[in-house]
Amino acid sequence: MRGKAHVYKREHVNTDEIIPARYLNTDNEQELAKHCMEDIDKDFVKRVRKGDVIVASDDFGCGSSREHAVWSLRGAGVKAVIANTFARIFFRNCINNGMLAIECQDAFKKIKNGDSLEIDVKNGVIKNISKKEEYKFTPIPDFAMDIIKAGGLLDYITKSSK
Amino acid sequence: MSQTITEKILAKHAGKKVKPGELINADIDIIMCHDVTTPPAISMMADRKLRVWDPSKVVVTPDHFVPNKDIKSAELAKRLREWVKKEKIKNYYEVGKHGVCHAILPEQGHIVPGDLIIGADSHTCTYGALGAFSTGVGSTDLAAALSTGKLWFKVPETIKFEINGKLAKGVYSKDIILKIISDIGVDGALYRAMEFTGSTIDSLSVEARMTITNMAIEAGAKSGVMEVDEKTISYVRKRTKKRFDIVKSDKDADYEKVLKYDVSNLEPMVAFPSLPSNGKFISDVKDIKIDQAWLGSCTNGRIEDLRIAASVMKGKKIADGVRMIVVPATTEIWKHANKEGLLDIFMEFGATVSAPTCGACLGGHMGILAEGEVCISSTNRNFVGRMGSPKSFVYLGSPATVAASAIEGKIADPRRYL
Repeated sequence: MRGKAHVYKREHVNTDEIIPARYLNTDNEQELAKHCMEDIDKDFVKRVRKGDVIVASDDFGCGSSREHAVWSLRGAGVKAVIANTFARIFFRNCINNGMLAIECQDAFKKIKNGDSLEIDVKNGVIKNISKKEEYKFTPIPDFAMDIIKAGGLLDYITKSSK
Repeated sequence: MSQTITEKILAKHAGKKVKPGELINADIDIIMCHDVTTPPAISMMADRKLRVWDPSKVVVTPDHFVPNKDIKSAELAKRLREWVKKEKIKNYYEVGKHGVCHAILPEQGHIVPGDLIIGADSHTCTYGALGAFSTGVGSTDLAAALSTGKLWFKVPETIKFEINGKLAKGVYSKDIILKIISDIGVDGALYRAMEFTGSTIDSLSVEARMTITNMAIEAGAKSGVMEVDEKTISYVRKRTKKRFDIVKSDKDADYEKVLKYDVSNLEPMVAFPSLPSNGKFISDVKDIKIDQAWLGSCTNGRIEDLRIAASVMKGKKIADGVRMIVVPATTEIWKHANKEGLLDIFMEFGATVSAPTCGACLGGHMGILAEGEVCISSTNRNFVGRMGSPKSFVYLGSPATVAASAIEGKIADPRRYL
C-alpha cells in the first residue's frame, strides 16, 4: 500500500480543523470528505488521493470526539495517519474504523510533503520510497490490530460473538 | 493493593483488580446520547440489526443543533426521536424540556457517585465532579456500548492536583482550570485521569466543581474526578433515589505525579486564541476589543454562573457595538433564572437570551462569528474556526469576565464590578 505524505508540522491539529462543526449535520462520508481540513488547509481536498497518508506531530486529532473527522479523512482517501502522539478519542475512532493510527516519533521531521510512503504493518516499518529511508514505529497493540483487521469495532464484536 | 478512585471504579465495573496500562472490558451504568453523534450510531446499529441492551440506562438529550438550525439537523433530530420511540427509551429530553447534555444529566439525577458513564461527546468527563468515572467516546464506541452494555478501556494513570488557598473575590473555578491547562498544556494529561483535591475544591459548590472536570479533556485527559463529600451527597439526593457507592482514593495510592497549587493569589484568567492552554492573567490583557460576549455552555451555563454574571451586569448597559448572548444550559435553569429576575437583568443590560442549546460554542448557531470578529465566551474551546469563521477569534473566561467585558466593550477585569 503506497501513498503520498501530507505533512502537518504544527502540534495539536484538532478535530474542529479536520472537519468544522458546520458540516456535522451530515454523516455522509463523501459529503464530509469534500470539507476535510478546510479551515487549515483548503487545498488539501484537491491534492489528496486514495491511499495517501497524513504525517503530523503531537496530539493529532485533539478536541471534540466527532468521529466525522475520521470519516472525512477516510472519505478523502486517507489510508493512515502517522503522528508523534494521538489524542485519545481520535485514536479510538481511527481503530474503530479500520484506519491505521501509527505512533512514530519525529516522522514529521524526516518526511516531506509529497514523499511516497509504504507502510509495513507486520514489521512495524514506514518506508519512505522517495528518500530511500525507513522509520520504525511503535507497534499497534494486538487488540487494536484485531479490530482493524476485522474492519472496525462493530464487525470485531459481531465476529467475536459468533 | 492501594488504588486511586478511578482504579477502584474501573475495577468494580470490570469485575477484577486493575492496574494502569491494563486493557479491561467494563460494564456501563449510563450512556449519554445527543443529536450530532448518535444518529450515525443509530444507522450503524440498524445496518447490523443491533438493539439497545438496556433502555433504562440510556439518556438522550438533543442539544447541539437544537432547536434545529437547518433541514439536515432537523433530519438528524428526527432520526434520533424515531429511534428513542422504537427502543422505548424513557430518558429523552425533547425541546421544551431540553438542555445541554452535561448540564441536564446531573440536574435530572442520572449521575451518581461510583458509576461508570460514557457519552458520545468529549466533555462527558464533566460528571467526574460527582465522584464517577466518566469519559467521552465516538459514535462507533457508542453503538458498541449501546448494543452490549460494555466497552473496552485502557486503565489510566492518575495525575493528582492538590489545590489549596482561598479564591479571591472575582476569581472562580473556571480561572483555576484555565490556569492548570495553561501550565500543563492541551496534552499535559493525555490519556490520564485528573484527580482534583484540596481545600479549594472542598470550598467549591458542585456546579463550580463541574466547570473544572468539564475541561479535563482540554488537557487531553481521559477523565476528571473529585471525591464525594456532603455537598455531593446533598446534590445527588435532591435529584435521585438511586443507590450509589462512595469511592475514595487510598491514602497511599500511586499517582503518576502530584501537582500542587495555591490559588490565593490567582487572578481571573483569559485563554487567548487558539488553544485553551494559551492562558494569561487578566492584568496582562490590554485593549482587546470585542464584538460578542457569549455566556452559556456545559462549562458555565448553570444557574450559579448566570447569577454571577447578573451581579456584574445589574444596572449597567452593554457597550456600543457589542452583542451579548446568554444561553441558560437547561430548561430548568432558564425557568429559575426567569423567576429570580436574572433574565430581566440580562435583557435590560442589552443582552439577548436564547433557548438552551450548545449553539455557538461549537460553531453551530445562536451567535456565529464573521471574519475578523472577536468573542469572549464562557465556553471551553477556542480552536481555529470554533465559533464560526476560521478567521474569527475566541477568548475563554469565566462568566464574570464575560459580563465585565460586555460592559467595557473589551476584555475586562471582573473584579472592578464585584
